[in-house]
Order: sequence, then structure tokens, then C-alpha cells
Amino acid sequence: MPIRALSDGGGPVPRTGLVAAFPPLTLLVMLGPVAAGLAGTLLPAFGYLPAAGLSTLSLDPFRSLLDWPGLGAATRLSVSTGLLATALALAAVTLLFAGWSGTRAFRVLERLLSPLLSVPHAAMAFGLAFLIAPSGWIARALSPWATGWERPPDLLIVHDQLGLAMVAGLVAKEMPFLMLMGLAAMGQADATRRMRVAQAAGYGRVAGWLKSVFPAIYAQIRLPVYVVLAYSMSVVDVALILGPSTPPPLSVQVVRWMADPDLAMRLTASAAAMLQLALVIAALILWRAGEWAVARLGQAWIARGGRGRAADQLLRPLGVVAGAFSALAVLGGIACLAVWSFAGFWGFPDPLPNGFDMRSWARHGPEAWQATGATALIAGIATALALILVIGCLEAEYRRDRALTQAGLWLVYLPLVVPQIAFLPGLQTLFLTFGLTAGTIPVVIAHLVFVLPYIFLSLGDPWRAWEPRTGIVARALGTSPSGVLWRVRLPMLARPILTAAAVGIAVSVGQYLPTLLAGGGRVATLTTEAVALASGGDRRAIGVYGVAQTLVAMVPFAAALLIPALLWRNRRGMHG
Amino acid sequence: MTPVKSVLPLLAALGMTAPAWSQTDPADWDAVTAAAEGQTVYWHAWGGSTATNDFIAWIGEKAAEEHGVTLEHVKLSDTGDAVTRVLSEKQAGADDDGAVDLIWINGPNFAAMKEADLLFGPFAEALPNWQYVDVDGKTVQTDFTVPTEGYEAPWAMAQVVFMYDTADLDAPLPSAEAILDWAQANPGRFTYPQPPDFLGTTFLKQTLIELVDDNTVLSRPESEADFQAVTAPLWDYLDALTPVLWRQGQAYPATGPAQLQLMADEEIDLAISFSPGEASTAIANNQLQPSVRTFVLEDGTLGNASFVAIPYNSGSKEGAMVVANALMSPEAQLRAQDPAILGYGTVLAMEKLPEADRAAFEALDLGVATLSPAELGDVQPEPHPSWMTRIGQEWIERYGVVQ
Repeated sequence: MPIRALSDGGGPVPRTGLVAAFPPLTLLVMLGPVAAGLAGTLLPAFGYLPAAGLSTLSLDPFRSLLDWPGLGAATRLSVSTGLLATALALAAVTLLFAGWSGTRAFRVLERLLSPLLSVPHAAMAFGLAFLIAPSGWIARALSPWATGWERPPDLLIVHDQLGLAMVAGLVAKEMPFLMLMGLAAMGQADATRRMRVAQAAGYGRVAGWLKSVFPAIYAQIRLPVYVVLAYSMSVVDVALILGPSTPPPLSVQVVRWMADPDLAMRLTASAAAMLQLALVIAALILWRAGEWAVARLGQAWIARGGRGRAADQLLRPLGVVAGAFSALAVLGGIACLAVWSFAGFWGFPDPLPNGFDMRSWARHGPEAWQATGATALIAGIATALALILVIGCLEAEYRRDRALTQAGLWLVYLPLVVPQIAFLPGLQTLFLTFGLTAGTIPVVIAHLVFVLPYIFLSLGDPWRAWEPRTGIVARALGTSPSGVLWRVRLPMLARPILTAAAVGIAVSVGQYLPTLLAGGGRVATLTTEAVALASGGDRRAIGVYGVAQTLVAMVPFAAALLIPALLWRNRRGMHG
Repeated sequence: MTPVKSVLPLLAALGMTAPAWSQTDPADWDAVTAAAEGQTVYWHAWGGSTATNDFIAWIGEKAAEEHGVTLEHVKLSDTGDAVTRVLSEKQAGADDDGAVDLIWINGPNFAAMKEADLLFGPFAEALPNWQYVDVDGKTVQTDFTVPTEGYEAPWAMAQVVFMYDTADLDAPLPSAEAILDWAQANPGRFTYPQPPDFLGTTFLKQTLIELVDDNTVLSRPESEADFQAVTAPLWDYLDALTPVLWRQGQAYPATGPAQLQLMADEEIDLAISFSPGEASTAIANNQLQPSVRTFVLEDGTLGNASFVAIPYNSGSKEGAMVVANALMSPEAQLRAQDPAILGYGTVLAMEKLPEADRAAFEALDLGVATLSPAELGDVQPEPHPSWMTRIGQEWIERYGVVQ
């Protein structure tokens, strides 16, 4: 019996009991849908789709995929935008950390982090598109007095062929995520003391950080970086709004084929989804090889011993520019949405609408309010379930005194690395087979797949960083293992738990494809409504939904800051 | 399959499976309305237009008041999503109480669903308000040449018009050739939604009809014609047009409303629309500058009808029929034609209407940018759906993958 085996070891490790069931259960909830969904996509990729009267296995779907003339360009776009966005976001965050961590400017950005994280991708992309278009807000503010433009110039900025607008959007939105992950890693990497040694040895700020701290940090944020890479390569909503369309990146084309009235196109879509999965895997391998190469070069660079003090002059401003770009792009985008939601007619080149009114809010407010209810309900249930499962897992890990292995960590990240479009259509069919035709329950299950890993990731480190001697003291005073959990550990970790819950809610609020496919369209959340409206291009309506969506995702982060402050207003030691 | 079987009784006990299979004869209207009472109808309809969304909400209020039917508008970004949904349900054996009760549909989507036996019917011609429908004057019994056979009920007429900004363009353009000449003189000021978007493909069909001498070949499946020979003038035309399009044809607006927004942003001066009242409605809603007007081509423009259809596995077929009937009512049709609300053409025949309703239609102010029925001129019939599909594919190969 494992329980006996553990208690034989003696020491403070308590018996596992019921919590032993949590890790396998969590894996099932998280990976079961992914595996089943992949199988459900794999079969149509080889020609098996009985509902359309197609049940002979063949390679025809792949042949028709190869016949598509846009395949080369679409594949190239997926890979190039994904790699470029990931590399730029990582480089920008690294520069920011290297040049500014510990300074006041850095703390300002840190404080902006939660709002930046909580803005949904679609809302940000839409705002950014309006910001940078030739007829957009920046051009309007400068026209005609500075640019001489009486009419918007015919310039390809948004939807450009190289996907640079899309890369900019992804970088702006992924930087806050990597920064959050980096901040969590900083504490464990003992960055402050490493920097002190480096600076005492005469290294410049940036060079010292890159040489002494970065290797330790990168080892910890490697998996989040892989998530960014997989996400950027297969994103649909951002690509639709900012990316090229002649042809679009592969993921967008998969969605188009899925929606084609010719039912046989579903087979091509499934084959393309499998190609998308293969591309992501290949890009991850390529990235891994790049890591190895950078490590080799870096070692040689470190060994040369250059102090790199002159580089600070250039690299530090560059870092702050990158940070400001992310913050301005995201917040500026949301400002665009807010202004549009109150706008009367707003033609080029007026810097502001010729009138403000409440018409859009009066028109869409009631429906947006309804959708807010559904959004909050789903996010609340999914987050609560995920918290219970994650805390159960972490507690089991602690009681067995077995840290999560590298393989285990990979499993946690798996749902985030597999492209959504590769397994969600298959998952939909599976739900139907089990009689879950539509409604809130399948949506919650689908959201749980994505909410769980994020909660696991954001709560794991603070949970493990908890001082175990506190538990030993409590045990010595006669508290049971459950008593330690409920009365000592959970209250002490209230702040990270609430932050994890806020992350979970933000993730749930942002989900588009899972909600659409699992909910059978019957579940209208703010995000499904906003993306449906985005296809129509009514900026006022999108403004209302985008602002509502952002608020719903932002309120929990504010609560995560306020509740512990209120709870511990007379416990100074808890404010650490 | 064992786990599935063992789960089913449990789900049934929890009340999660569908109510018993029910189906009422559409001709027995009293029985239909009785069964519809209390049903919830999920209408899957494109949700990209706020004017349409508001109209659907209004129809929902009517259905609730008059027949106790709750209407939920499921806003799609693509009608194909609803087709996928019904298909997935059939694949999984969910043959009753599917997620979709009513679909706004026409053209290739209808042809695909009808051919795959995914539709309930015939029902449309048994609905009480069918008596007012203009079966002789409007294409309400064929959908892109495919006979509807009562499997879908018409609710709006559409006809191609071109919107133009009178501040930038002096006079209407009478033909496809004139559009090309103007575009070459004003590069970057015209575009169309990217095929296979519905409206973008419509532009291609409209241009094809303009350029082809003998249109009868288009009413039969394209496989019966020499596709390359018939469409050659279209590709020559587009080869000349594309370099002078907005962004030199390297990017296109995704949809009709996105194209409308480009016009409001002063990026383009000329745009196609499939709704004669759309410009007036957009002006009333602050979405378009007041200087926009519309025109049709001299040889007439394409027209077709929008329909609603009921999937074979809807659990609320009676409720769906009540909604379909309400959509064809004179009151709803009048409201739909009002440019301040929707600006869609009616499917009804004026001479069949009661006197009071006819007067109300005649009194309707169609809006500043809307042409009168006489000005709209001849309606050209839609080509067979196979043309739309093939032209869309061919366009993608020629212009959709320019990289």
C-alpha cells in the first residue's frame, strides 16, 4: 500500500488519504477531452465521416489539402508569424527584466500587468486594428495637419502579407503573460543576489542579468514560452482580425473549411487540422534546437567575460519602449473600443466622433448584460472546479512529498500546446454521443480543459514556496493534516489562490471556439457575441461587447487585490 | 460502446435527454400553435448586423406574446456553423431535440442540407401567411434555381445595388465596364468582400451576368457547360480590375458590413450591397455618411430571397413553424421593409394583401438612399448554385492566394 510505504519514511509527511485520487482525476478531466477530441479529428482526416455518408478510409482529404494552392503560403505564415511573435515577445520581456527589474518604471508596468492580462485577445486585436489602420485613430489624430491626408492613404498595414500586424498584436498580448511567468520565476531564481554579484564584478545591468539570471529564469519559463509558440501558430480570432487573408494562416483556413456548405470539406479541414498539429510539433522541436544553439553561444559569450556596460545605453531604453508598446497597444485598443461604444457618426479625419450618445449601450446593453450573466456563471463554475482539483493535486503532491516531475509538467501544458482547432470538433461529436447536446455543462467541461492548466501554473509555485515548517509547528500542536490545510495553509495562501482564480476566470471569459462548439451555439457568452459581431464590423456594437468583456475579466483581478487587503487588514504579517 | 449505453439511463433519469419525438402536421395549424405553446426556438442566424439582430428580437417578442413561443437568436459569424452543428448531431445519432431549430439560409447551404436530408418538411406552403406570398412575381419557390419544395419559407427579398458616395463620385455607373473604367481612373477606391464570402461571390456572379451574352447557360449546372469558356470574360475583367482595387487586391474586407465600414472611413467610394435599403438604414444608424446613395446597373441586377429552414432533428418544429409564419405576416414584412429598422424587400404580393396593409406599405418612406421598386428595375435570376461554388473556388486560385 502506498500509504504505508510513505508513512514508513517517518518525518513530517502526513498520510495521503482521499487526496490521492485528485491527480489521476485531474489528468482525466484535463487530457481526456484532448485525447478523445484528437481521435475525433483524426478519423475524418482519413475520410471517415459517417454523417456525411463518407465511411471509406483513404488519403483523399490530404490530397485535396495538397491541391489547395494557398497551402504553401498558409503554412509558411503559420510558422513565420508564430516563431516571430514568440521570439519578439520573449526578447522584449527579457530586455525589460534585464534592464529594469527592481526599478520604479518596472513596478508601474507590473501594476499594469493584471489589466493587460485580462483583456481578451479578440477585443485587443480589434482595438489595435482600428488604432493602426490608414483610416485609424493614429492617422486621424495626425491628419490632415501633419500628414496632409484629406483621405486615408491606400496602405496595406492591417492584413499585410507578411502578417506583421498580427505579429504585433500577438507580441503585445503575449508579453504580459510571459512577464507574469517571469515574475514568478524571479523569486525562485534568487535573482537579486545573482545581480548583486554580477554588478560587484563590474558587469553592466543588461549584460549582468543576461549572463547570471536569464539562464535560471528561462529554464523555468520554457514551457510558458512553448505555450506562446503553439498559441501564436494556431490562433484564429487574432488572425482573422489582423492577419493576412490572401491566403490566411492555416488555422483560419481550417475554420473556413469547417464552415463550408460542402460537407466533404470537413474532411479537408480535419486533414489540415492534423497538419497544423504537425507544424506545431515541428516548430517546438525547432525552437528546442534554437535553445541549444543559444545556450552554446551564450556560454561562449559568458566565458569571454565582456562587462557589456556600454550596451546598457541602448538596451535599457529599448526594453522600456517594448514594455510601453505592449501596454499602449492593449490599453489604447481598449480605449478605441470604449470611444466607439459611445460614438455618433465618426468619419475620417475627425480625431473624435462628431457626437457622443448612449444609443449603442441602450441598444446592446440589455443583451450584453444577459451574456455577462452566462459568462460569469460558466467562468465561476469552471474556476471553482479547477481550484478544487488543483488544490487537491498540490496537497497530494505535498503529502506524498513527491514534486511534479518534468513529464508531469508537460502533461499540464499539453492542452495548451495542442492547437484548439485540432481537437475541438472531435470533442463536440463526443459530447453528442454522450447525450450532452448543448448548454452550460458541456461548455464548462470544455473550459475546464483550458482553465485547469492555467490555475495549476499560477498556483503551483506559491503553493510549493509555502514554508513547510509552519505545517510542522501546526502538526506538533496537534492539528490534523486536513486541519493544517484548511486552517493554516489555505488562509495563508489566500492571495495567490484568489489571483489564480482571477487568471482562471480571465481564461474562461476569453474562450471562443470551445464555447461555440461545445455549447452548440446556445450558450451566448460575451466572447462569442463579440466575435460574431466582429465578423460584421459594427464598431459600436463591438465596442460595447469588448468593454463588457474586459470588465468581466478585470473585476476578479481587482477582487484578488482587495479581498486579502480587507481580510488581513489587522494582520500585518500576511501582507508579505 | 458499453460506457455510452450505461450512461444513457442515468442521463435520462436526470432529465437530460430529449422529450418524446413529436411532430405535428403543418397543415393542421391549430394543432401546430397548440404544440408550439411553451416551446423554445433556437434560431441560428448570422449575427453580424445589429439591425437584423434587433429585428429578430422584435419577432421574438411577437412570438412570445401571440403563441407563447420563446425565440432565442443564436448569433452566427457563418451560417456554415449551424450546418456543421446539425451534421455533427446526425453523426452522433442525436436525432431529436438538436441544438438548431431554425436556420436563416439560402443558396449552397440550402442545397447541401436538402441533399443530405438534414431538413424537416415540406412545411412552408402550408403556413397560413403563405396566402399573401408573391409566388408569381418573386423567386420564392426556387433558391438559386433549386426548387424549395416547401423545405424553407421565404422572409425577405434581396437585390444587388451599388452604394456610392456622392461626395466623391458624380453619377451612377451603368455597367460593369463603366465600373472598371472608373476604378482605373480612381485606383484604390473600390473593393468587394473576399470570396467565398456570400456578398463577394455575388459581386462575381453579378459581373459574370453582365459580361456573358447568353445567360440561359447559367441556369443549368456548370458541369453541363464549358466553364472556362463561359467565365473567361469574367477573369479578363478581374485581371484588369484587381491591380486598381483597394490595397491592389492584396487584402479584401471580410464581409459586407466590414466593406460598409471602409466606406464610412472614406477608404472606398463604391461598394456592392445585397439589400436595397441597407444604405438608408446605415445612414439612419450613424454607420454611413449621409452623402451615400445607391444605383443599379442598366441591364438589371441579381435578386434572390432569404429563407428560414427547420432541421430534421429540431425538438421545437411547431414553434419554429410559428416563427416562420410570423416572419411572413404583413406586420413583420412591413417592419422589415422600413429602412429605419431593416430595409429588406418584402416577399408578399401587394394585390393579395388586405386593404389596410397595402395602404401601410404604400405609405412607407423608403429612405433617402433607397431606390423605388420601379427604379430597381429588372431582377436577374440567380445562376445554379454550382456556378457560385465553382466561381468561388476559381477566384481563390487566381486571386485568393496572391503570395
